[in-house]
Amino acid sequence: MQLSLSKYLKKTTEAAPLAVFRLFFGFMMFASIVRFWLNGWIEKLYIAPKFFFSYYGFEWVKPLGDFTYLLFIFCGIAALMVAVGYKYRVAIILFFLSFTYIELIDKTTYLNHYYFISILSFLMIFLPANAYFSIDAWRNPARAFQKIPQWCIDAIKLLLGIVYFYAGLAKINSDWLFKAMPLKIWLPSKYDLPLLGDLMQEEWVHYAFSWSGMLYDLFIPFLLLWKRTRFIAFLMVIVFHVLTRVLFPIGMFPFIMIVSALIFFSPQVHHKILNFISKWFRISKHRFDNLKIYQFSGIKKKVSISVLSVFFVIQLLFPWRYLLYPGELFWTEEGFRFSWRVMLMEKAGYAQFKVVNAETGNRFYVDNSDFLTPFQEKQMSFQPDFILQYAHFLADHFEKDGHENIEIYVENYVALNGRKSTPYIDPEVNLLNFADSFKHKTFILPFEDEIKGL
Amino acid sequence: MIKISKFLLIATLLFAVACSTEDDGDNGGDSNGGDNFDRGEMLANWADNIIVPSFVAFQEETQKLEDIAKAFAENPGTTELNVLRAQYKVAYQEFQTVEMFQIGKAEELNYRSFLNTYPTKTENIESKIASGSYNLELPSNFAEQGFPALDYLLYSYGSTEETLEVFAANPEYINYIVAVTERINALTTEVTASWEGDYRDTFVNNTSSSSTGSVDRFTNDYVMYFEKILRSGKIGYPAGAFTGSPSPTNVEALYAGDISKNLYLQALDSFEDFYYGVKVNGGENGLSYYQYLKYMQDATSSESITASIADQFSAIRAQSSELDSNLKSQVETDNSKMLAAFDELQKEVVLLKVDMMQALSISVDYVDSDGD
Repeated sequence: MQLSLSKYLKKTTEAAPLAVFRLFFGFMMFASIVRFWLNGWIEKLYIAPKFFFSYYGFEWVKPLGDFTYLLFIFCGIAALMVAVGYKYRVAIILFFLSFTYIELIDKTTYLNHYYFISILSFLMIFLPANAYFSIDAWRNPARAFQKIPQWCIDAIKLLLGIVYFYAGLAKINSDWLFKAMPLKIWLPSKYDLPLLGDLMQEEWVHYAFSWSGMLYDLFIPFLLLWKRTRFIAFLMVIVFHVLTRVLFPIGMFPFIMIVSALIFFSPQVHHKILNFISKWFRISKHRFDNLKIYQFSGIKKKVSISVLSVFFVIQLLFPWRYLLYPGELFWTEEGFRFSWRVMLMEKAGYAQFKVVNAETGNRFYVDNSDFLTPFQEKQMSFQPDFILQYAHFLADHFEKDGHENIEIYVENYVALNGRKSTPYIDPEVNLLNFADSFKHKTFILPFEDEIKGL
Repeated sequence: MIKISKFLLIATLLFAVACSTEDDGDNGGDSNGGDNFDRGEMLANWADNIIVPSFVAFQEETQKLEDIAKAFAENPGTTELNVLRAQYKVAYQEFQTVEMFQIGKAEELNYRSFLNTYPTKTENIESKIASGSYNLELPSNFAEQGFPALDYLLYSYGSTEETLEVFAANPEYINYIVAVTERINALTTEVTASWEGDYRDTFVNNTSSSSTGSVDRFTNDYVMYFEKILRSGKIGYPAGAFTGSPSPTNVEALYAGDISKNLYLQALDSFEDFYYGVKVNGGENGLSYYQYLKYMQDATSSESITASIADQFSAIRAQSSELDSNLKSQVETDNSKMLAAFDELQKEVVLLKVDMMQALSISVDYVDSDGD
């Protein structure tokens, strides 16, 4: 075992796939940042709100007001530098930090694929992605290598595999498979799609999509790994992601996933891609083809391997943390984030907060739109950690306003996957008696149904 | 090499498909075969059988209101004042049938804010009348015109005799009344004309399922109306639901008084009729939310949202029957009934905003950012 591991770590392969990955990843990220800006989302999501839902433990990440634009500029420039492989190590670290900082500002905007980008860019810090077909390699032939250790490419394959496979496991639940929920709600509303609109009304289509989505997620990593099915699998990747792009507003993500899947192809394919690019931009690619092998120096190797080992152990275990909590995961959402539960449920809520003076009994309701954007209000209304955070914020606000003996209650109804809305947070509980933590939140009322699954 | 070009070709093709469906604006075709629910037909029913006839009927009343105000200006006598007061009540009641349609031209003009921002700013009205110069077209003057301003001018000075005395002291009062009625009528005429003109087709043909489609946009407005204007505006603020102290001066039609409950009930009726697709000029109900929910429920076999919504409408009505016809008196004598009314309305908000919108897969208006 020990022997085979060290043997594996010594295996080398062409650097081309990693170079292609770096190039596409960088440009896609740049495009995403530009798109985000042009859509006016920087202003809407990170500057306009009066209050931000910070992540537990990351309260020190503060919005930067108008400097947020600067942060996005840094992030965009870093993405371009990563793409062309210019001062790669600095660029990828800068990208990871700026992108992650942006994501940590407000939980409201959390998306699995933003998290994916964050951890992927973290992983890329430790990979020699600029060894080949990069400005760094061009400028300094001493740092140009045609070959790199095999594990540098496998690490990305592994991460992609985890994302897909875990997303597939998450779909093995009774709502998804036996009620075709939430697709049964989502698909019919796409009645106006050319060619597909009428199909989307058919019940069998909802089931077909649910099941094939589950099977796709579970098996696609393996089909991509196996040479004989690779090409078909890649076509499936394209069809699947383009379809999700057509059906749901998920922006750039499908394209990022399609391009990422290229990493599974053989070096020859990547050399062809790079040849194509070289022709286009008149780059003499042969300058990089020096047959040199990139070797991690002793300490670097130790650090990289140990950091990435820990990283992957965390990635493999973290999504299972929901098992430590009682109750239905979809209902309590304790352990729901960071676990590749993508487009998995339709949940909506309504939360009306009541501010009570414990002494006088005087009470009034809060108009959420005084403090939250519609988007924040929507997200807050069915997630207990948001509700708790907001309750404490309200208490602080009204205390400053001169109110005394404040207690905060919430009348909160949540509907999950087409079930009728039911009370969600115990309306009798003064939320100020609780501080946010990773502990189970006892003030969540039980889910009145059952969803079977992992 | 062949392989590469093969999948480059496929990829390009698919990208093209994907990009062509991006940001689909108004390209919703009528792709309704079989027993699918026809959203286009629902939009047409809304426009042709509810919204347009409601505006036409209301515009007749605002025209009358303006004419009567001018007749009163010609001849400011007791009879004429009574006729004007009566028409103000009729028109205000009729306004409740169109107040929820804040889309298209109405949205562009801020129609609702110009016609019904209350409490009205009485001091500003008085100072404008005293100075004799004002411009009702400025958005900063929302709270100095519309029905609440008329309410103040016609009812706050006391009996007809006392009122006529005030008007006699300064003719600018009557000029202001005329200006307010002209403005109400002008705005209503503009909105009605737009519905009778191009906007009806724009609205009905935009069957897109995206957040820019008519169904999504209208539903957001419709539910928002119930929550913010009907629940909070007509009941919540006067009851002090958001401050803890009752505020009788926040009642609609504060000075005329005894019509406030009827205005509220009219708004409620119109809202409910719209939900069921009740045609203004009679006939069998057309397609609306009720039928749409039925269609979706049959598909999802979920618990009956329609039954819950209907029950809640009944509960609201039953509770409202206990309210004083003058909501101001109700707030002052027994505010708990107002708060109870608020709570009943609140339950309906949950059903509309959470259950109905989820079942119809209409997202609550928020930043159009990416999903997961």
